[in-house]
Amino acid sequence: MNLNYFELFGLKPVFNVELATLESNFRKIQSESHPDRFVTASAAEKLSAMQRATLANEAFVCIKNPANRAKYLLELQGITAISETNTAMPTDFLMQQMEWREATEDAVSVKDITALDRLLAEILVEANSLQERLVSLLDVQKDYAAATDATRKLIFIDKVSEDINRAIEQIDI
Amino acid sequence: MALLQISEPGMSAAPHQHKLAVGIDLGTTNSLVATVKSGMTTVLQDEHGHALLPSVVRYMPDGEVLVGHAAQAQQSNDPVNTIASAKRFMGRSLKDIADRAHIPYNFVDSSDSTKILQLQTRAGLKTPVEISAEILKILKVRAEKSLGGELVGAVITVPAYFDDAQRQATKDAARLAGLNVLRLLNEPTAAAVAYGLDNAAEGTFVIYDLGGGTFDVSILKLTKGVFEVLATNGDSALGGDDFDHRIYCWVLDKIRESNNNFSPLSESDTRLLLTKARQAKEWLTDNYEAQIVCRLSNATLVDVTLTSAQFVELTQQLVIKTLSPTRKAMRDANLRLEEIKGVVLVGGATRMPQVRHAVEEYFKQTPLTNLDPDKVVALGAAIQANALVGNRSDNDLLLLDVTPLSLGLETMGGLVERIIPRNSTLPVARAQDFTTYKDGQTAMSIQVVQGERDLVADCRSLARFELRGIPPMAAGAARIRVTFQVDADGLLSVTAREQTNGVESHVVVKPSYGLSEDEITLMLKSSFGNAESDKKARMLAEARVSAGAIINSVSLALVSDSHLISEQEKLAIETEIQKLRIISNAEDAVAINKAVDSLNHATEAFAAARMNASVSRALAGKNLEDIKL
Repeated sequence: MNLNYFELFGLKPVFNVELATLESNFRKIQSESHPDRFVTASAAEKLSAMQRATLANEAFVCIKNPANRAKYLLELQGITAISETNTAMPTDFLMQQMEWREATEDAVSVKDITALDRLLAEILVEANSLQERLVSLLDVQKDYAAATDATRKLIFIDKVSEDINRAIEQIDI
Repeated sequence: MALLQISEPGMSAAPHQHKLAVGIDLGTTNSLVATVKSGMTTVLQDEHGHALLPSVVRYMPDGEVLVGHAAQAQQSNDPVNTIASAKRFMGRSLKDIADRAHIPYNFVDSSDSTKILQLQTRAGLKTPVEISAEILKILKVRAEKSLGGELVGAVITVPAYFDDAQRQATKDAARLAGLNVLRLLNEPTAAAVAYGLDNAAEGTFVIYDLGGGTFDVSILKLTKGVFEVLATNGDSALGGDDFDHRIYCWVLDKIRESNNNFSPLSESDTRLLLTKARQAKEWLTDNYEAQIVCRLSNATLVDVTLTSAQFVELTQQLVIKTLSPTRKAMRDANLRLEEIKGVVLVGGATRMPQVRHAVEEYFKQTPLTNLDPDKVVALGAAIQANALVGNRSDNDLLLLDVTPLSLGLETMGGLVERIIPRNSTLPVARAQDFTTYKDGQTAMSIQVVQGERDLVADCRSLARFELRGIPPMAAGAARIRVTFQVDADGLLSVTAREQTNGVESHVVVKPSYGLSEDEITLMLKSSFGNAESDKKARMLAEARVSAGAIINSVSLALVSDSHLISEQEKLAIETEIQKLRIISNAEDAVAINKAVDSLNHATEAFAAARMNASVSRALAGKNLEDIKL
């Protein structure tokens, strides 16, 4: 069965997914596939269950996270949004990234978790705005070139948030 | 599996179909066994009416092994051979154990950090696995006596923050005790199950579990019978024992103050003072001061009084230590305090007033304590055991648990490359490609670590996996895909496949910690004293049972779902079934198992097709009861 991640959850391949449906269908699939349902079953059934449950988890993580979802939608169109060979980004975006990283380093050096939380909130605003644009670019206009740019930005922003969260973790002993 | 429970509409499963399964809380301080009987979940008691079995094992001079109250009573008289809190040593090597001077056991010295920890007792060298197995054996006997039959299996709980080595050690202990482990279940999740089903509440809950030796904090969401762990964190070396220890150190200081020629304590005296410290701690839950009085073996009289205020001050740092994982879990789950519907306290140590205050203050709500904090984990485990063996009632429950620690690989420069992030829902798998760096290289070593730090040195080394059997080729030519899979028990397995030149060859992976298969077999042999013929008979019986089970389940599946496969496939499966029926009548266990494998293999595609069908039906909103068989 070669379904893509959207089809697996019975969803249309759009960026603006109904999260409630995604979560509800994820639970339904796991209710049928989870290894716990096959503890006394045959080895073949256990194998099938393990594979399906693992796949469902992978697909869920992919579609739930907006950056991964956008990246995946582009892959379905045959476009690789980001790879080792195409990491170039627009200058103003890079400047913004550098500002955020400097602010992070400053906050980390004085162990200011509140400042880091503020940064995260700021970054979230930017991420939300990109997501709104992606709804339009991917679902309405089908402008995959512009969508690729927006997706790359979203992936970078996600990474910055991740790094800030890790920094907070190291400070908060 | 619903297909196995075919019954008349309107009738419940006949009583004799009820499979005997139990939940076991293998605790640091106390262990319990519970079961679901006639719809009621209960903790099983011993012949004296005790539900709690102290996790204390004593190796007697006459070779007998005492477990529980009897062993605990004589702790101070025989400290070296009476082992308590063995759980703190499970899956650990010697260098992991802090403060060995104040633990009255004979640890075997070893500079090899991968060697399993061992204690020297009068019964010989004992590993924590063997010691824990003694506790599990008692619980198994208790359960089978109480339920009047052999157990199909048990769900055994572990701290959510237990790593792979600690989990594997727990499974090994169960094997030694002759228990079939249905699932390793995280303790906070077990508690959530007991509370969730008790209160029938949907929402997001925090489980704060402070046991004798471990601390876990888990955040779970309950929606329509599905428990999803959102995040889990903790400290697998922090518990009530550490609070005892603080009192113990305080008493030592007092002794030193009033005794100029103070000599190091004997093991007996150490155990005596630790016991007194624990009693004082428990006394201070409901009283303002505790008097600690005893006479040491050198006739020194100890007579000190500890107030609850002093106790709180002595242990303040320990309580604060529990809040850091708590904050981290909340962050990982991306939740605000207002979104938490309830906070559940689990574990005897949460009886301490200062712990309750700290939790209440942090979460700004009164914690739920209506279920006995000592029993709630065993009860939850029993509920899950009941569901896993197929005694399911109408209340479907599904537990989606997570891996507590990130899994990573060692890369150049001693850095960690994270391949599976923490709090990933189980089961989870990731593939990574490797290649060789020398011409003709046929093996390579991969070190897997668990932890959140960037340097390998700061993480816990899970295992060094050796890949062998790589076909010799030029450096960099080999393409080895290594798949890391964490199963529902939270255990890691690694498989590898070399895939160049269109030739796929399996590569053997050997982890290198804990007990080896040979060591376990040896222990099993010596503990059960199986004669060779007994073993053969058992193997044959087991092979026949598994043959019967698979013939049954596949036959039933063919009755309802054969429309999902071609006539050819159906014929192939039926042929295998016939083969297996015939072979089962012979006396050859190996041949029977081979035929079982053969039938399994023949049904793989069929199993996948049935899975697809049931998933599609679930998404379309139908369930199996709606479909006429």
